[in-house]
Amino acid sequence: MSLQQAKPPLPSNDKRWKLVNATMRRNGYAGHALIETLHSVQDAFGFLDEGSLRFVATSLDLPLSKVFGVATFYHLFMLKPRGRHACVVCTGTACYIKGAGALVERLQERYDIDPGDTTEDDRLSLLTARCVGACGLAPAVVVDGDVLGKLDSETLIAELEELA
Amino acid sequence: MNLDDLAELAEQFRAADPVVEREVRVCVAASCQSSGASPVFDALVASLGDGKPACKVKGVGCMGLCSAGPLVSVADKDGDLEGSVLYRDVAPEDAEDIVASLDGPPLERLRCATDHPFFARQQKIVLEHAGIIDPNSFKGYVAVGGYAALIQALSEMTPTDVLREVTASGLRGRGGGGYPTGLKWSTVAKMPGAQKYVICNADEGDPGAFMDRAILESDPHRVLEGMAIAAYAIGASKAYVYIRAEYPLAVERLQTAIRKAKRAGFLGNKIGDTQFSLEVEIRLGAGAFVCGEETALMASIEGLRGQPRPRPPYPAESGLWGHPTLINNVETFANIAPIIREGGEWFASIGTENSKGTKVFALAGTIANTGLIEVPMGTSLRDIIESIGGGIPGGKSFKAVQTGGPSGGCIPEQHLDIAVDYDSLKTLGTMMGSGGMIVMDESSCMVDVARYFMEFCMTESCGKCIPCRTGTQQMHAILDKLAKAQATSADLALLEELCEVVQSTSLCGLGQTAPNPVLSTLRYFRDEYEMKLGGG
Repeated sequence: MSLQQAKPPLPSNDKRWKLVNATMRRNGYAGHALIETLHSVQDAFGFLDEGSLRFVATSLDLPLSKVFGVATFYHLFMLKPRGRHACVVCTGTACYIKGAGALVERLQERYDIDPGDTTEDDRLSLLTARCVGACGLAPAVVVDGDVLGKLDSETLIAELEELA
Repeated sequence: MNLDDLAELAEQFRAADPVVEREVRVCVAASCQSSGASPVFDALVASLGDGKPACKVKGVGCMGLCSAGPLVSVADKDGDLEGSVLYRDVAPEDAEDIVASLDGPPLERLRCATDHPFFARQQKIVLEHAGIIDPNSFKGYVAVGGYAALIQALSEMTPTDVLREVTASGLRGRGGGGYPTGLKWSTVAKMPGAQKYVICNADEGDPGAFMDRAILESDPHRVLEGMAIAAYAIGASKAYVYIRAEYPLAVERLQTAIRKAKRAGFLGNKIGDTQFSLEVEIRLGAGAFVCGEETALMASIEGLRGQPRPRPPYPAESGLWGHPTLINNVETFANIAPIIREGGEWFASIGTENSKGTKVFALAGTIANTGLIEVPMGTSLRDIIESIGGGIPGGKSFKAVQTGGPSGGCIPEQHLDIAVDYDSLKTLGTMMGSGGMIVMDESSCMVDVARYFMEFCMTESCGKCIPCRTGTQQMHAILDKLAKAQATSADLALLEELCEVVQSTSLCGLGQTAPNPVLSTLRYFRDEYEMKLGGG
C-alpha cells in the first residue's frame, strides 16, 4: 500500500500559487497533469522560473529534469519574463507571402533584438507566431493582444512608439 | 430519451422567442473579431435598443468571407445565409443605418452579394450551421436538429449499425492522411479491453490553415456529437480534445459546449437515459507542431514531451496509456452527425470515386476572397481559385497554389484543372493535408517558399530521430545558400539526395514529408533553382 506523499508548502504567500495548486489538485496530482500545471503557472505569473519548476516537480512527484524537459520542449512556455509590451508578428504562410519576413527584419533592426528577446529597458518583447489565424488580415501583428492587420513596417513602428 | 422526445425539446427551444422574426447576425469567430466585430455587435445592440422587439442581434459563427469582415447578415429567424442580406466591412458607425433598414429595403452601400460564386458554388455539410446558430447556445444547436444523430444512434442503432453507416459513407480522415474512417473505427471496436479512448485532434498546426478553428468556434456541439457517436460505436467512455492553446476562443466555446451538453444530459453519465456514458476533457497543446502527429499527441496528453514513437503498434491497438484509442480530426467528427442522420449512402453520393463528401478549405495568400469554403470533393482547383476565390487581385498573374502546409507542395498553373481529392493531389506531389490553400502570384520566389517551409520543419523537428533533426537543418542551409545565389550545382544535387534520405528514413510524418515543398517546387519550378545557381 502506498501512502500519499506529503505535498510541499506553497513557495510564498502569493495568492497566485493557490490557482496553480488548484490545477494540480483537480488532476489528483497525477504526473500527466504536468502540461496543464505549467500552463496555469504561466497564466498566473507570465513565465516559468526555476523556483516554480522545482515546486511543480516536487508537487507532482516528478524529476526536475523531466519538468525542465517538458517546459523547454514546448514553444509556448517562456522561461524568462516578457517586457511590458509584446509585439507578436505572425509568420504563418499567408503572412509570409505578404511580407511578414520584412516586418520582423525591420523590427530587429529598429530595436536591436532578435525574436524571442526583450529590449534592455524591458519595454518591448518581439515574438513570432506560427499562425494567429487572421490570414484575411495578412500580414498580421498582435500588439498586446490586439490584432493589427495589413501593416507595413513604418505604420507598425509608429504604433509601437506610441506605447508607454 | 428517443427521437420524438428530442424533437419536442427542439420545438420548445424554437418557440422560446415567439416575438422574434428577424435576426441581425454578427460573425463572432476569430477572424471577424480581429477585424473588429465586437464593437460592431455592441453598437448594433445599442442601436436596436428596445425599439424593435421582433428583431434580435445574435452572435454567430464563421460566414466564410473573412477578408470582408466584420460580416453582418440580416435574416429571417430560421433563414440560411443564402437567403439573407449580407453586409461586409461593417463598422460600429454603420449600426444605426443597418437597424434603420430593417423595416425597409437593404442598405446597398455595405451589401455583399450572396449569389456570388463564393457563396453559390459551396455545398455545406460540415459548416451547415456556421453563421446561422449561436455557437454558445446549446438550445440553438438542438433547435436546428442537433444531437438527433446521437439520440438516433443510442436509441435505434447498435454500435455495429453505426460502424456500418460510417463505413458505407466512404468518409476518409480529414486531418490529412485520408485513412478510411469506418475502417479505423471498426479496428478500435474489435480490440479487446474495457478501457478505450476517443481523441479529437484539434492541434491544427499548419500555418495558413484555420478550418478546425472555425468549426470549433462556429459549431462546437457538432464536434462533441460526432465524438459521442464514435465513443458509442467503439465502446469508449472517456474522450479528450487536444487543442492548440493558441486558439483561446475555440477553447472557451468548447468548454462552454461541454458544460452545457453535460448539464442537459447529452454528455456525462447515462446519456439520453441509456447505459452509455462519456466524459470529455480538454487538453491544451503548448505550441509544438509535431503534436499533430498522433503518437506525439498522445505523449503530450500523457504530460510528456511531444515526441512520436514508431508505429506499429498503431493507436487503435495500443494508444493512450497503452489502451486502444481512436484519433480523428475535428472535421472528421463534424461529418458524423449528418452521416447518421442522412445515411452513409447519401454521403457516398457526394464527391469522387475514392473521396466522398465535401472538404473545408482555408483560402489565403494573394487571392481576392480570403476565407473559409466548403466544396464537394472533386471540385477543380481552377473553380476554387478563380471562381470562388475571385482570382488574383492587383492584375498580377497566378503562379502556384500551396496545399498541405509544410508537408505538402506547390501546384502550378498547368494542373489547375485537376479535380481535388486525396489521390489526385498525391499524384501532383502534394497532399490534401488538413485543407489550407495558399495562393501565390508571380512575385513569389519558389526557392524562398521552399526555404520558408524547411525553416518551419527544422524548428519544429522534435529532435528524436537523426534524419529529421539533422537533415532538415542541412537542407535548410543549402536552400539558404540557394536563395542567396551562393550555391553550386553540386549543392543542388546534394539537396535532392538529402530529400530522398530524409523522406525514406525519418520516424514520423513530419520528417517523412518535410522534403515535399522542396521536391514539388523542384518538379515544377526547377528553372528558378537553376537561375539561383551562382558560386563556382
